[in-house]
Amino acid sequence: MMVVKIDKQKWSSGINQLKSTYDVYGPAKQGKTYEFQKLGSEQLPDLTVQNTTLSPKSIVFPQSEKMFSFHTDENKSGHHILKEMNNQSMPKAVLGIRPCDAKAFQLVKLNFDTCEYKDPYWIRAYESTTLIGLACNNPCSTCFCTSTGCGPFSETGLDVLLMDQGDSFIAKSLTPKGENLLKTATWSDSFDPATAESILKSGKEKAESKIASRVKTDQLASKSIMKIYEAPFWDDVAFSCINCGTCTFSCPTCWCFDIQDETKGCQGIRTRNWDTCMSPLFTLHGSGHNPRGEKTSRVRQRFMHKLKYFLDKYNQGIMCVGCGRCVRLCPVNIDIRQICNMMNSYQPS
Amino acid sequence: MQNPYLPYPVRIDNVTIATEDKSLKTFKFIFLDPNDEKKFAYKAGQFAELSVPGKGEIPIGIASSPTEKGFVMFTVFKVGLVTAYLHNMKAGDIMGIRGPLGNSYPWDLLQGKNIVIIGGGFAFTTLRSSIVYMLDPANRPKFKDIHVIYGARSPGMLLYKDELAEWERRDDINIHMTVDRTDDPNWKYNVGFVPTITEKKAPSASPDTYAIICGPPVMIKFTQPVLEKLGYDHDHIIMSLENRMKCGIGMCGRCNIGKELVCKDGPVFTLSELNRTPREY
Amino acid sequence: MIEYQKKIQNIAERLLNEKKVDVVLGFKKGTIPMMNQPCLVRVPDETQKLVWDSNCGINLTNYLTNRKERIGIIAKGCDTRNIVTHIVENKIKREQLVIIGVPCTGMIDKAKINGLMVNEIAEVSEHNQEITITDSRGATKTIQKKEVLQSNCSICKYKNPVIYDELVADLVPESKDIDRYEDIRKIESMASSEKFKFFEDMLSTCIRCYACRNACPLCYCPTCFVDESKPQWLGKGMDPIDIRTFHFLRAYHCAGRCTDCGSCERACPMDITVRQFTKKLEKDCVELFGWEAGLTLDKRPPLDHYKTNDPQSFIK
Repeated sequence: MMVVKIDKQKWSSGINQLKSTYDVYGPAKQGKTYEFQKLGSEQLPDLTVQNTTLSPKSIVFPQSEKMFSFHTDENKSGHHILKEMNNQSMPKAVLGIRPCDAKAFQLVKLNFDTCEYKDPYWIRAYESTTLIGLACNNPCSTCFCTSTGCGPFSETGLDVLLMDQGDSFIAKSLTPKGENLLKTATWSDSFDPATAESILKSGKEKAESKIASRVKTDQLASKSIMKIYEAPFWDDVAFSCINCGTCTFSCPTCWCFDIQDETKGCQGIRTRNWDTCMSPLFTLHGSGHNPRGEKTSRVRQRFMHKLKYFLDKYNQGIMCVGCGRCVRLCPVNIDIRQICNMMNSYQPS
Repeated sequence: MQNPYLPYPVRIDNVTIATEDKSLKTFKFIFLDPNDEKKFAYKAGQFAELSVPGKGEIPIGIASSPTEKGFVMFTVFKVGLVTAYLHNMKAGDIMGIRGPLGNSYPWDLLQGKNIVIIGGGFAFTTLRSSIVYMLDPANRPKFKDIHVIYGARSPGMLLYKDELAEWERRDDINIHMTVDRTDDPNWKYNVGFVPTITEKKAPSASPDTYAIICGPPVMIKFTQPVLEKLGYDHDHIIMSLENRMKCGIGMCGRCNIGKELVCKDGPVFTLSELNRTPREY
Repeated sequence: MIEYQKKIQNIAERLLNEKKVDVVLGFKKGTIPMMNQPCLVRVPDETQKLVWDSNCGINLTNYLTNRKERIGIIAKGCDTRNIVTHIVENKIKREQLVIIGVPCTGMIDKAKINGLMVNEIAEVSEHNQEITITDSRGATKTIQKKEVLQSNCSICKYKNPVIYDELVADLVPESKDIDRYEDIRKIESMASSEKFKFFEDMLSTCIRCYACRNACPLCYCPTCFVDESKPQWLGKGMDPIDIRTFHFLRAYHCAGRCTDCGSCERACPMDITVRQFTKKLEKDCVELFGWEAGLTLDKRPPLDHYKTNDPQSFIK
């Protein structure tokens, strides 16, 4: 572990240094919202935003990603045979990612990096990305990260943790990747680790005390899947849902995708796109039969997956980091906090 | 890193019409690279993604048996975009196969047991694979009695008719073919729905007897109580599910029933396992 | 409008008690500021949870499609115009409905209010036509509601219900001499390349979540053209051409039917002004056919029937 102090005077020069080795991403205004973007040559991350509208998951898992190319010209060799695309890019550095979004990558990794199969697209992108987190001194009212095994100063999944000290950042590297990044940026003013820890500790306590929003998850594991699945509240929970993809697309832990072929003339690509369990199309059989044809079953799927199936399958907590995006963005106010508490406290009669 | 989404290139060796209404065709594929055939080592009950560049992929149960070498075989029902396109493809065309995917029928468990195979309609593909596998001279001694109850709407809708006739002549397997109805005077087998024939022909339950069921939902719905009546424990009833799939390797998120992924944890489950999961299939 | 709440609860309770309806469709209080949640009330005791304030912008007609029971629906001016359209298009029967009309003074725009404070909004309350905003540090600000209306509400011509069985308050005066199409004329006057750039920028943040479509009471097709696979009209990725096609085509499908209720914009997580498209077609329908959607049960929208004297000068 290495702790340095980054004087804000050296912030921009360090970032410019990074840009020769990394594609540097950070929050920036895009249209009317703030999103993580690849920063231009003189552009700095806007660290005044709390949580960006969308999560930064697309840096590792783009909404639309090319998997293979092919051609169908039978007069040329190799027709109808898929070829891997060269998706390689510079290593990426994500500046100002929030601890919740970093932890989300750890949860998503359980899906894409398994003992039987490795998803090469996600894994390559993830491995070439360095996450420089910014501790949240002022969490939002919809943040409930302290209930999800995370928190405003959580270090899980981060390579560097930054704490804003006004005219400087304290930067604590947590992995060799993080250490490399600090060196590349020539942020090297050493800082006493023990002092850093005590500053972080008091910052953490202060930030956590500001989080008023909590969910209870302690009873979820002990309840049977079928009991919660058959609970009477799902119709009410789902009533207002309009089946859009806002919750799933903005969520840092939602990973579901679709695979599609696109062709133009004899040239084609196979791509994958984010998909959403809220869409009836997601599970529609060719025959017309749909195992989750009703809205209630789709809404239930989303919450059961996040709060019960995932928990049972991996024993790594719930598939939610408490970033609050779905709570803020749902056009009809479906609130995962309420539903989590209902599931947790549900007692079948 | 090996890319699990990359199909093995194959050539269509042969296409045959499998049913009288032409809604099913059987495709034999040959791997362009013979080494790929070795990598594609499968067990009866597994499936693969048939990959048609430009159209997409579809998960289909493997109809050939691991004991059949030099090709892999699939029988495909024409239902959606990819299958409709596939039905127009011909011998010599190049496409891809990705797999083998999913678990298989539990062959270790089934060794030394009586097996009752119950199939309906065009869900007989992996059952054909299983029968051919069990009847292989090297494997037949590993199993006790084998019963097969197989029904279709009409005689012309039965898959693999030549093989059925051949098995019918053997004495180491009991074939009970049935059709919903027929006016064919030469039909010498059963007439009636699969559940009814199961009740009449299936051996009674024992700790050493396992039933494998594949068929349309309505057949499964009515066969299950019959097997219960015959005394079959739910962990002696083995079923294979179908759900919409894309990745086939447990990542894309759509085929789950509860926490189980049909593509990776299945498609084969015992009824007692299914009792513990939501019926989202 | 918060004053309407008690009246709404009383009407809902009476309708359920008298068994005139099986359910009442309304709003309950949301879990975050400036947010209420559509809900269904089935028993008289639950009518107390019905709320009404300036955060009821979601169009409840969207929840009526193909329902079978008798429904009491709480409806603003725009909602009632969509109810008319729903009845004309056979998505619900007039006899099934008891329309509880709400004379509306407009819904507030979350984004505008968020923009007024530096810190996060903790609470927004209203009294008469004044809005009081409190931020997370306790700072407050009181402003006139008309300054923070949703943009569709600020140019609304039909605040009062056009069809109703019950009324929760006296009708409010309608605004006169509103110029509804200032922004549209501006776009119309752009050169092609400028227009292209304008739409390109406007849609650049679209994530294809389809919240706009799904919040829209007009978008009830069992399978939307974007979801069709045989034939597949649109690619499913993030190609800007596919994204534009979705928005343009959806707008065309709403031509002569859209009431400018603003649900689409309100639902959009990326704050895209999708009404720019629907309003252009609304303007065309006014100019070409003298038609405004959802005002009468006796006529069908201009694009779903044919008359020999339909204008055709625009066909080139």
